[in-house]
Amino acid sequence: MAHLAPTPVLEAGDSKTMILNMGPQHPSTHGVLRVLLEIDGETIVRIMPDIGFLHTGIEKTCEAKFYQQVVPLTDRIDYLCPMTNNLCYVLAVEKLLGLEIPPKAQWLRVLMNELTRINSHLVWLGTHAMDIGAMTVFLYCFRERERILRLFEMVSGQRMMTSYFRVGGVSLEPPIGFFDRVRDFASLFPEKIDEYENLLTGNPIWMMRTKGVARMTAEDAIALCATGPTLRGSGVDFDLRRDMPYSGYENFKFKVPVRQEGDVFARYLCRVAEMRESISMVKQALDGMPEGPVKADAPKVVLPDREKMKTQMESLIYHFKIITEGFAVPEGEVYQAIESPRGEMGYYIVSDGSAKPYRVHMRSACFANLQTLETMCKGKLLADVVAAIGSIDIVLGEIDR
Amino acid sequence: MALAPAITDLEQLKDHPAVARLLSWNRGAVEGAKFDREEMTVWIERTLICEACEALRADGFTSLADITCVDWHPREPRFEVVYHLLSMSRKERVRLKVKLDSADPVVKSLTSVWPGANYFEREIFDLFGIRFSGHPYLKRILMPEDWEGHPLRKDYPVEGYR
Repeated sequence: MAHLAPTPVLEAGDSKTMILNMGPQHPSTHGVLRVLLEIDGETIVRIMPDIGFLHTGIEKTCEAKFYQQVVPLTDRIDYLCPMTNNLCYVLAVEKLLGLEIPPKAQWLRVLMNELTRINSHLVWLGTHAMDIGAMTVFLYCFRERERILRLFEMVSGQRMMTSYFRVGGVSLEPPIGFFDRVRDFASLFPEKIDEYENLLTGNPIWMMRTKGVARMTAEDAIALCATGPTLRGSGVDFDLRRDMPYSGYENFKFKVPVRQEGDVFARYLCRVAEMRESISMVKQALDGMPEGPVKADAPKVVLPDREKMKTQMESLIYHFKIITEGFAVPEGEVYQAIESPRGEMGYYIVSDGSAKPYRVHMRSACFANLQTLETMCKGKLLADVVAAIGSIDIVLGEIDR
Repeated sequence: MALAPAITDLEQLKDHPAVARLLSWNRGAVEGAKFDREEMTVWIERTLICEACEALRADGFTSLADITCVDWHPREPRFEVVYHLLSMSRKERVRLKVKLDSADPVVKSLTSVWPGANYFEREIFDLFGIRFSGHPYLKRILMPEDWEGHPLRKDYPVEGYR
């Protein structure tokens, strides 16, 4: 890309400093993040992330698709938490339509979302620990992640690009035996978290590499639009699931982990504690799962069941109309935000009354969180940049869209 | 569930906390308001957006959630820059909008109020070609530096120029 154009983004200020290029193919930049560093010896004078290598113009593509065709695109934004993106998008469209969702679909969505959060945090924990030098944790984390991916495959047929949620509900009733498999996982997982914590939390090398590193105050975090664990690690007690509940989160009991220190270790503890809360919410979702349909009763929006299509003329007509013409959404605009594993994921959708969205904007959590890197690293040591990048938990697909 | 019709009469909305705050700050700067689908939108005079945000920030809207833009081509004023503010203490959101002509799409940068506006404004500059005066580093962020055109404008083809 022309990011590598001859004009350098950063130029050395005086002869004492030098420019160091990190990435975009550096293993600890989690994809294709390029970071330009101006260093004085080992101290960082300036740091500038250079992004856009994964930009695919998803927002533009959405404008050319029917509303239901956008769902698979949302998976591809953040490939570590596809269901979170699905949820945020379908909630926004449902709000535009004024659609009521049956309780079972809402609980299923919460269940899948919390599994997704664990999935995402496991990848974060494994890669973050590997960046800092603890190789083993990566293998442990991916062992459990594999189990979650199998659950996703069971319910949607796909391991990563699930596209399980639909406008008006979820695509299919979960298969027989699915809830038992989830229950097995939920009973086994807490002791696995203990295992990770045994490897890291009390480990003197881990503490030396993370405690007091890449500090950020609460004021800085708010001013820089940080959200999610990056914000809560700096002592701001705000979680959209609890404070502005959506999709039935008000029915769940959970704690929001907050740490005051604002360093890499604090953000690590927040996310590990979040995994424990998530698994308790998975159990609550299993215990309280209501009976009933998994799709809203809205024949003009929701695709009919296959059996009905073979026996009822109306269903066949509706199916044909939705597939060929899409469904019209009343004029208006909504901003729907949810708590993704990385922070506030928001969809701003403008409808002009047609079957295609006029504008879809994705407010990406790590796009905003990445701005905190400069505050975290300025005047600190070069070796801590890797720890700081890991602690923000970036996914470049979501940043570049 | 049927949708309630949108309320666009400023008189009916003047008791909403965010609108009341903005009206008491500067009635002349508020160009209009809309309450639709439980969401509040206020149109602000374009030269006063920074001051409006400062007034709201002092009133509890401490966080900037998002900035984006909508292109209404071929209608004029063509662009709307959309700001989403969040009050963590009151658990409330408000949307501010600024209208911009295609002849002179410039608006004041919000980076002096929230430094975190930096990336959002660079993205809008990159994809819509709207300039933010006072921005510390207004360069393309997602597209390559030598790219021609602004892809999210409505007159830019989806498949690009070939």
